[in-house]
Amino acid sequence: MKTRTLAIECLRYDPQTDAAPRYQTYEVPFTDEMSVLEGLQYIKDHLDGSLTFRWSCRMAICGSCGGMLNGVPKLSCESFLRDYYPEGVRIEPLNHFPIQRDLAIDQGDFLLKLRSVKPYLIPEAPKPVSEGTYLQTPQQLDDYYQYSKCINCLLCYAACPQYGLDREFTGPGALALLHRYNADSRDAGKAERMELVNADEGVWGCTLVSYCSEVCPKGVDPARAVNQNKVESTKDYFLRFVAPRRNT
Amino acid sequence: MKRSNRPIFWSLFGAGGMLSALVGPMLIFITGIAVPLGLLVPRETMSYERMLAFAQNGFAKIAILAVIGLFLFHGLHRIYHCLHELGLPLGHGWMAVLHGLAAVGTLAAAYLLTVIG
Amino acid sequence: MKTYMRPMTGWWRRNPFYLWYTLREWSSFFLTAYALVLLYGLARLSEGEAQYEAWRASLASPGSLVFHAAALLLVLYHAWTWFKVMHKTLPFLRLGGRRVPDPAIFGSGVASAVVLSLLLLWVLA
Repeated sequence: MKTRTLAIECLRYDPQTDAAPRYQTYEVPFTDEMSVLEGLQYIKDHLDGSLTFRWSCRMAICGSCGGMLNGVPKLSCESFLRDYYPEGVRIEPLNHFPIQRDLAIDQGDFLLKLRSVKPYLIPEAPKPVSEGTYLQTPQQLDDYYQYSKCINCLLCYAACPQYGLDREFTGPGALALLHRYNADSRDAGKAERMELVNADEGVWGCTLVSYCSEVCPKGVDPARAVNQNKVESTKDYFLRFVAPRRNT
Repeated sequence: MKRSNRPIFWSLFGAGGMLSALVGPMLIFITGIAVPLGLLVPRETMSYERMLAFAQNGFAKIAILAVIGLFLFHGLHRIYHCLHELGLPLGHGWMAVLHGLAAVGTLAAAYLLTVIG
Repeated sequence: MKTYMRPMTGWWRRNPFYLWYTLREWSSFFLTAYALVLLYGLARLSEGEAQYEAWRASLASPGSLVFHAAALLLVLYHAWTWFKVMHKTLPFLRLGGRRVPDPAIFGSGVASAVVLSLLLLWVLA
């Protein structure tokens, strides 16, 4: 059987030698089950060892291999070369992030945003181990479960034009995680997180483009998480005169 | 972090968005296509006598003010975002400016409705 | 470390999803213009019969009809997309312990719009 090949065009950028990115195309032989990630690995192993890209688990759980495939944010381990045959595929680093080298981006800004939302349970009072575990009904779990599936892959940030236009915006992923904790019955930290929610850089940077939810590989639906909190923020804005929060 | 005043604007945007989603298309169809052409609705629906009587009714005044005002608040709020998304360097303060314009339009409508009697 | 930041110019043209989003947002120009048309009509109404009737006649002009046809299409698109995303601003709704599915929220929005619109037409026709 004749082996098929696919043209994979990669953005190349070497900060030490390049003033701006350029593109390089590789002809990659492929089989039906090969992922785009395996295509990149073929290039690195057989054609050009200098091609730089991140990956780890190969199974859409680590969140490392995100990139722009023909302009669409995708995980390369979950995308297949056969779907881009015969036109080929152009692979670029995730949009809206600084390019470090080739397909690797600098996620530093996201990590700062993530820390700022306090992505951990803040219980009402410390609960000693002797008191046993927390109990949750299936409904209480349902309230936050989808938001807990985030793998920090940053496809939503690459999708979000508001983040691209204004990098002060906290962004879909971090805000979805903020909501994940607020919605968890074991958490009592909502008041602490409100300052961020209420700011222009918080939920108010979102205009419901909802491309973030379209591209999320885990079904987190960050657009929903962010926009739930617009109502919360509005309630907080108007009710603060009537019923002030405890930790204002 | 500074608390945003967006909730005020967003509430007006939301009210206008809901109203325009519910009755916007039909209003445009009636006033802009059906009545002028006499299609499904008689031309005389918007005659001077009928419109004057309508605008002089208290409930109708509220409806007219709501439609004009909320459509303006919703539209101009979104226009801010359109301009910002084109890359124009409009800071958050411009949201207040555009809402201010909507407020001017709403006040003009309110004034006209009182003048009409 | 030296990094490279790609410019955002023309971002809205680079993906069909963004093009549809931009269309949705730009419907606001037509909605605003329509509100101003109504405001203008109200002003002419307050001035007297002659001025009002002149304005009413202008609504039948080709320019006005084309504008209103375009506004109708775009505001319809706004309405459609408004109800499509409505569920995202609402908390999880539950009836009898089960989550109300998102398409039901969309459907109820569209149904309300249809009912109210037909009511409006019926009252006037």
